Amino acid sequence: MVATPTQRLVVIGNGMAGCRAVEEVLARDPAAYRITIFGAEPRVNYNRIMLSPVLAGEKAFEDIVINDAGWYADNAITLVSGDPVVAIDRAAQTVTAASGRVEPYDRLLLATGSDPFIIPVPGADLPGVVTFRDLDDVDKMLRAAERGGQAVVIGGGLLGLEAAHGLSLRGMGVTVIHLMPTLMERQLDEAAGYLLKTELERRGQTILTGADTAEILGENGHVAGVRLKDGREIAADLVVMAVGIRPATALAKAAGLAVERGVVVDDHMVTSDPAIMAVGECVQHRGACYGLVAPLWEMCRALADAACGLAGPGFAGSVTSTKLKVSGIDLFSAGDFSGGADCEDIVMRDAARGLYKRVVVQDGRVIGAVLYGDTADGAWYFDLLRRGTDIADLRDRLIFGQAHALGGGAATDPLATVAALPDDAEVCGCNGVSKGTVMATIAGGACSLDAVRSQCKASASCGSCTGLVEQLLALTLGDDVQSGPKTMCKCTSFTHADVRRLIVEREFKLIPQVMQELNWSTPDGCASCRPALNYYLLCAWPGQYKDDQQSRFVNERLHANIQKDGSYSVVPRMWGGMTNPDELRAIADATEKYGRMVKVTGGQRLDIFGVKKEDLPKIWADLNAAGMVSGHAYGKSLRTVKTCVGSEWCRFGTQDSTGLGIAIERMTWGSWMPHKFKIAVSGCPRNCAEATIKDFGVVCVDSGYELHVGGNGGIHVRATDLLCKVATEAEAMQVCAAFIQLYREEAWYLERTAPWIERVGLAHVKARLFDAPDAVERLAARFAYAQTFMQDDPWARRAGGEDAELHQHLGEFRPFPTPALLEAAE
Amino acid sequence: MIGEWLDIGPVGQISPGNARTLPVQGGEEIAVFHTLDNQFYALVNKCPHKHGPLSQGIVHGAVVTCPLHSWNISLKTGQALGDDQGCVPTIPVRVDAGRLYLLRAAVIGATAPRAMA
Ligand code: SRM
Ligand SMILES: Cc1cc2nc3c(=O)[nH]c(=O)nc-3n(C[C@H](O)[C@H](O)[C@H](O)COP(=O)(O)OP(=O)(O)OC[C@H]3O[C@@H](n4cnc5c(N)ncnc54)[C@H](O)[C@@H]3O)c2cc1C
Ligand code: SF4
Ligand code: FES
Repeated sequence: MVATPTQRLVVIGNGMAGCRAVEEVLARDPAAYRITIFGAEPRVNYNRIMLSPVLAGEKAFEDIVINDAGWYADNAITLVSGDPVVAIDRAAQTVTAASGRVEPYDRLLLATGSDPFIIPVPGADLPGVVTFRDLDDVDKMLRAAERGGQAVVIGGGLLGLEAAHGLSLRGMGVTVIHLMPTLMERQLDEAAGYLLKTELERRGQTILTGADTAEILGENGHVAGVRLKDGREIAADLVVMAVGIRPATALAKAAGLAVERGVVVDDHMVTSDPAIMAVGECVQHRGACYGLVAPLWEMCRALADAACGLAGPGFAGSVTSTKLKVSGIDLFSAGDFSGGADCEDIVMRDAARGLYKRVVVQDGRVIGAVLYGDTADGAWYFDLLRRGTDIADLRDRLIFGQAHALGGGAATDPLATVAALPDDAEVCGCNGVSKGTVMATIAGGACSLDAVRSQCKASASCGSCTGLVEQLLALTLGDDVQSGPKTMCKCTSFTHADVRRLIVEREFKLIPQVMQELNWSTPDGCASCRPALNYYLLCAWPGQYKDDQQSRFVNERLHANIQKDGSYSVVPRMWGGMTNPDELRAIADATEKYGRMVKVTGGQRLDIFGVKKEDLPKIWADLNAAGMVSGHAYGKSLRTVKTCVGSEWCRFGTQDSTGLGIAIERMTWGSWMPHKFKIAVSGCPRNCAEATIKDFGVVCVDSGYELHVGGNGGIHVRATDLLCKVATEAEAMQVCAAFIQLYREEAWYLERTAPWIERVGLAHVKARLFDAPDAVERLAARFAYAQTFMQDDPWARRAGGEDAELHQHLGEFRPFPTPALLEAAE
Repeated sequence: MIGEWLDIGPVGQISPGNARTLPVQGGEEIAVFHTLDNQFYALVNKCPHKHGPLSQGIVHGAVVTCPLHSWNISLKTGQALGDDQGCVPTIPVRVDAGRLYLLRAAVIGATAPRAMA
C-alpha cells in the first residue's frame, strides 16, 4: 500500500494547463501530494481547443473530454467543480471558494487561464452578446444558431474565424468584423490573409476588414445589430466577441503576488511566493505571455520537475506555430514573418492551385514561415526554425519543401519525407510529442491512430498532425496499420460519419456540391466515394435527389449481375420464395431465348446466367409479361426474403411464416441501402429459413414473433441479436421497417448490419428504436415515404426503352469485308 | 485526312461519365469514354487483368475502375495504376464539329492485352 501523501497540493483551474501539470506531477511521483483541484466550470477537464469542432458539429463534448471522472477517482484527486476560488490567504496557506469552502495547501498552483476581452462599447452587456472560451459559450451559440438568423463575429483572428466557421456550418448568416486590414494579421501576411478572406467569402461569409465597432445595438432587451464607426449598421441575432484574451490574474493580484501582464514566474513556474506556482495562459515568463497550448506543455514539465524536487532544465520560453481549425482550409504559420531589411523572403505562389508559401530567412536561418493551401511541410519548416538550423546548403531548394530540399527532387514520396525527420522533431505541437515518442508508442504496440492518440496524445488535440502520425504508422507497420475513424477515401479528409451528417445539416443535394463544399481533393471523386455519396444523398432526400447512374457500380447501373465473361445474370423476384407453374414456364422460356444456364440460388430463387447486355431489356420484358419484377440480386438493397412453409403445411408451424415473408418483401423491395439486406421468416424455432443469420430475421413462436437483427452468413458468420418480441404481424412489419430505416440513415456505405451493430452496439440500436415512445412509428413512416419513390420496377422502365444507350453498342465496325462501313446505332 | 479517321457519330451519343462500345468485326471491341470534364478517350474494351469489360466501369477523372476486380486503368495511357501491372492499348480520339473520330489504323490494329493468369 502506498502511504497517503502528507503534502497538500491545491490547483486553481481545472483547465488544460492545470490538469496537465497534475498529470506531469503524477507521472514523476504519484505519492508526492494529496491533490485538490478547483474548477469554476461545472465539469471535468476537457480539450478547450476542440470547442471549435464542437461548435462546427464535428465533435461532441464526450469526444473532447481529456480526463473523465474515473481519472480523478483513480488518482485520489478531489475535484471541486463549479465552485471558483475567490480568495487566497498566503499567511494561513488556505484558499476560499465561492461556496465558502476553505482548503489548506502546502503548495498552491494557479492555472486560471485567461478571460476573453470584451471591448468596452455601449451594448456590450446585452443578452445575445457572447464570448468564445468555454463550453457554456458554445452552448449559447448553438442555442442561438438553432433559431437561425444573423451572427456577427467581432474579431478576425484564430478564435473569431473558428467561431464564424462553426456558426456558418450551423446555418447562420455570418459577418466577421475585423479591425485590421488583414485577417489573422498576427499569424498571416497580407497575401495569405487575402487568400483566406477570399476563400471564406466564397463559402458565404461576409468579411469586413478595417472595421471598427462603435456600438452594439439592442431591441427589446436583446442584441439586434452592430454599428461601426463609419456609420454602417449590421443586423445581428447573435454577437460573438473574439477580440483577444487577458491573463486571468485577479486572484493573484489580490493576494499580493507579483503581477504584470500575467502572474510573474521563474523558469520553474514559481511565483514571487515560493509556495505558489502558476502555469498556463495566466503567467508571464521572461516578459512573454502565451495563448496557445504547445508552450503550456513545456511549462508543465518544468513545473513538475520543480514540484517533485527533480533537477530539470526549466522552461526557457517557446516559439509557437498556428494552424486554423477550419475544415478544408490549410493554413500554417510560425515565427516571425514581418520581414525587414536584413531578412530575406522566399516566396512561391501557384494561383491555379491556390497555393502560397513564404519562408523568411535571416542570417542563414529560418525565422518564419507562412503556408497556405498546402501545409505538408509546416512541421519541417517549424523544426528548422526551432533548431536554428543553418540552411545555407538548402537555400535555393528550401521553398519547394523537404522532399525536394533534402532529396534533390527525387524523393517526392511523402513517407520518405517523414522518414527523414529527426527523432526529436516535433510531430504534435499541441501536446509536444516528438517523432521519437510516436515511434516508441507504435513500437510498444499501438497500431492504430486511436491507439497512438490515447497512448501518447499525439494528434489528440487539434488533429492537424493526423496525417503525419498516419504516415509514421504506415512507415513502421506498413499494411498492418489498423485504421481508426477512417476517411471515406483518398479524395477527402472527412469520414463517412462526417459526410452523412454534413449532407443533412448543410442540405447538400448534389454530388458535385458535396465534393466542392467539402473540398474533395479530386475533380470528381473515385470509384469508392461516388457510389457512397450517391447513396447518402438518395437516402437523405427521398423524392428530391436524382439518382446518379454514373456513380453506380455496373450491376446497379444495368440491374443485373456482371459475370466473369462480361455477360450478365438475371434473378427475378420470387416473393417469399414462392413461385408457380406460369412463372417457372416464363423463366424456362426466357432462359432458352437469352440465357445459357438456370440455377437455384442460395436465396430461394432462380438465376438465369449468360445474358448479353444488349438482351437485358428484352428478357426483362418477357419476365415482366409473366408478372415478375427485378429481384435486385445485384443491388445494395433488399435481396431475398427467405421463408419456410410455416403453419399452412408444417406440423410444427406456429404462424404463417410464408405469408408474413411475402408481406415483408412486398413492403421492403426496391429500397436502396448501405449494403445488401437479407430477411428470413421461420415458422418455429427449428428455424428452417435460417432467420438467425439474416440482417433481419423473424422466428415465429406460439405467442408471437421474435425479431432478430444483425445476422450474417457470409465471410464472418454472425448469429443475430434478439431485438424484441412482438405479438402481431403488423407490429413485426412496423419494427422491420423502422429497423431498416435506422440502418439506412445511420450505417456507412458498404457496412452490412452485422458490422454496423458491432460498431455502434445493440444498445444503441435499441435506444434509437425504443427510447422515444414514437420512434418506431416515425422511422417506419420515413421508410414508407421513401418507398413511395423506390417501388417501381427498374426492369420495366428499361424494357420500356429508358436508358437504351446503356445496353446498345455505338455501332459495329466491319473493316475487312467492306471497309469503312459503319452502322451507327442511332 | 478523310479515311484516316473513322467517324463514329455525334458526341452526344455518350453522356458524360459514361462509355459505349464499338464491336469491330475480326478485331477487338473498343470502349469509347466521355469523362465528367468532357474529354473523350478510347481503349480496347478488355481489362489487362482478366479481360473485364472496362466500358462498364465507374469513370472518375481520366480513370476507369474495372467492374470485375476494381483495377484502376488510366484512360490516357491504358496503364494500370497503383500497384497493379498491365496495359491496354489506347486508340486516338478526335472531336471535330461535334463528331467523334477514332484513328482507323489504331482501331484495326488494336490487340487485346494479355490477361493475367
Ligand atoms: C447467386 C448467388 C449464389 C448462388 O448461386 O446461389 C450469389 C452470388 C454472388 N454472391 Fe452471394 N450469392 C448468393 C447467396 C448468398 C448467400 C446465401 C443467402 O442469401 O441466404 C450468402 C450468405 C448470407 C449473407 O449474405 O449473409 C452470400 C454471401 C455473399 C457475400 C458475403 C457477404 C458478407 O457480408 O460477408 C458476398 C460478397 C459481398 O457482398 O461483398 C457475396 C457476393 C456475391 C456475388 C455478388 C459476387 C460478385 O460480386 O459478383 C455473386 C454474384 C453472382 C451473380 O452474378 O449472380 N455473397 N451470398 C446467391 C444469390 C442469392 C439470391 O437469390 O439473391
Ligand atoms: C475555441 C478555442 C480554440 C482554441 N484553439 C487552439 C488551437 O487550435 N491551438 C492552440 O494551441 N490553442 C488553442 N486555444 C487556446 C488554448 O485552449 C489555451 O491556450 C489553453 O486552454 C490554455 O490553458 P489554461 O489551462 O491556461 O487555461 P484554460 O484551459 O482556460 O483553463 C483555465 C480554467 O481555470 C478556470 N478558472 C479560472 N479562474 C478560476 C478560479 N478562480 N477558480 C477555479 N477555476 C478557475 C477556468 O474556468 C478554466 O476552466 C483555443 C482556445 C479556444 C477558447
Ligand atoms: S460463393 Fe458467392 S461469390 Fe463465391 S464463387 Fe460462389 S457465388 Fe461467387
Ligand atoms: S478484370 Fe479488370 S480488374 Fe480484374
